[in-house]
Parts: sequence; structure tokens; C-alpha cells
Amino acid sequence: MRTVVGLLDCEVACGQEALDTPVGACFAADLMSDVLAFSSSDALLITGLTSVQSVHTAHVADCVGILFVSGKRPSPEALQLARDVSIPLLTTTRSMFEACGILSRNGLVGSARS
Amino acid sequence: MNADEPTTPRDEPLEPHPAEGEVLYKETFRIIGNDFEHGGEAAARVKAILKQLAFPTDAIRRLSIANFEAEMNVIMYADDAEMELAVLPDAVRVTFADHGQGIPDIAWAMQEGNSTATPEMRARGFGAGLGLPNIKRNSDEFSISSIVSVGTTLCYVVYVNGSNRGAQ
Repeated sequence: MRTVVGLLDCEVACGQEALDTPVGACFAADLMSDVLAFSSSDALLITGLTSVQSVHTAHVADCVGILFVSGKRPSPEALQLARDVSIPLLTTTRSMFEACGILSRNGLVGSARS
Repeated sequence: MNADEPTTPRDEPLEPHPAEGEVLYKETFRIIGNDFEHGGEAAARVKAILKQLAFPTDAIRRLSIANFEAEMNVIMYADDAEMELAVLPDAVRVTFADHGQGIPDIAWAMQEGNSTATPEMRARGFGAGLGLPNIKRNSDEFSISSIVSVGTTLCYVVYVNGSNRGAQ
């Protein structure tokens, strides 16, 4: 995840201690229903949804972290929950399209349940 | 169909199955409709319990996803609900009994993409019509019944060493 921070010039909102966690794949969506239905575990969730439900979704789906795009920042409730359940939160000013493109060009693959 | 009659339970469990037997642990949670602020807390609590009990990660993930979907369904569509967690020797059984509008056509609601969600629900990241099918997909046993204007009862079971490989 530390590589992702470098590639997208991320700020780390919380979870600095977990940045060495490997990112198995990426799943990008603003629809949490899609994450719950289609993502695999060990994915980095890329989203613009900053509510507490994005963290709950990442938690139950065993995502390794959340990347908030387009300069969006997690709500206070989301930040507190992420700290409680040890999910790193990253933010980038890149759009979702740009972020996904950069991560894909650098070898990260999409997460999809088989 | 008479709206006062319960809709037919679907996907009756096959016999024999491990969802019967001694209940090792039981806890009940109350879910309040429209309480988006706390939506997901029951699912998180159950996940913590199962991790403490050293359940396999795959079973915990499948059950947690089903629990969160069911919890959000109550928050979006029902007045309130009781969620009962029952840990059995070889499985975990969860029952949601809600009070609310009920589901007039369960077969329709079970199809991916069918939803009566409002734009507000979709803006919160839900309401894509994937919830009930996803609960079933992540379960090893699944049943649902509903009475319009009364409520819906949903029961699903995840085996500890489950055979549901499609949800991984």
C-alpha cells in the first residue's frame, strides 16, 4: 500500500502503521452493493463515498484499505470506525479514472470474485 | 395471492444439514429503520464475535457480507428488526425478523437489479437490487417469507467449512 501512496501522492488519513500490507487487487466503485457482491478479499477499495458505510463495507469484505479519490475526505465517523477496525484510509486528489489508470499501468489488477 | 398470507418460503434446506443442534452461543441485536448512522454496527459486532471464536476467515467473510446486506435492508426498508445470531457446532445461523412494509413479490426481489430503492438510498451506496441475491449467494442455506404491511423474516446459515465456493 505504501507504493500506492507514492504513485498517487496520497495523504494517509489513518493506518500509517499498516502501509506495508500487500494490495492483492483493486476494486473501484461508489456503489457499496457492488463491492459486497463482486469484490474479492484483500482488495484496495477505491471510492468517492466517504460515509461510514464505506468503512463498514471494506471491513466486512476484508478489504486491505480504502482510497478516497477526487480530494474527498472521510467523514469523522468513517475515520473513527477505520481506526477502530484498523483499516487504512488514503486520500488522493486524482479522479477515480486517473487513479485507476495509474494503478493499472503500474501493475495492479482488478479485483473480481471468481 | 392474498396479501395477508405469508409468501412461500423458498430454498428450503436440504436434509441433513448442520444448522440444527446445540446452540453454543446466541445474541440478539435490534436494528432500527432509517438509522443509517449505525448501519453496519451489528454486522461488525458479529464479525468480532466470530473472530474471537476462531472461525475460518472465509466463513466469517461470507456471513459478514450477508449480515451487512440484511442489516442495511432493514435500515432502508423496515421499521425495525430483531437480528438473532446462533452459533451452532458446525454452522452459524442468522435470523432477521422485521416489522415493516414486507415484500409483495419475493421472486421479483430475488432477481439481481430489481429494487425499489430511493435516490437517497442509492446516494448512500446501496439499493442496486443486489442485496437479497448476495445474501443467498453467500449462504449455504437461505429462506425468506414475508407478509405485506407486516414484515419479512429472513434466515440464512453459513457452514463453518462451507460448500459455497461461489462467494469467495
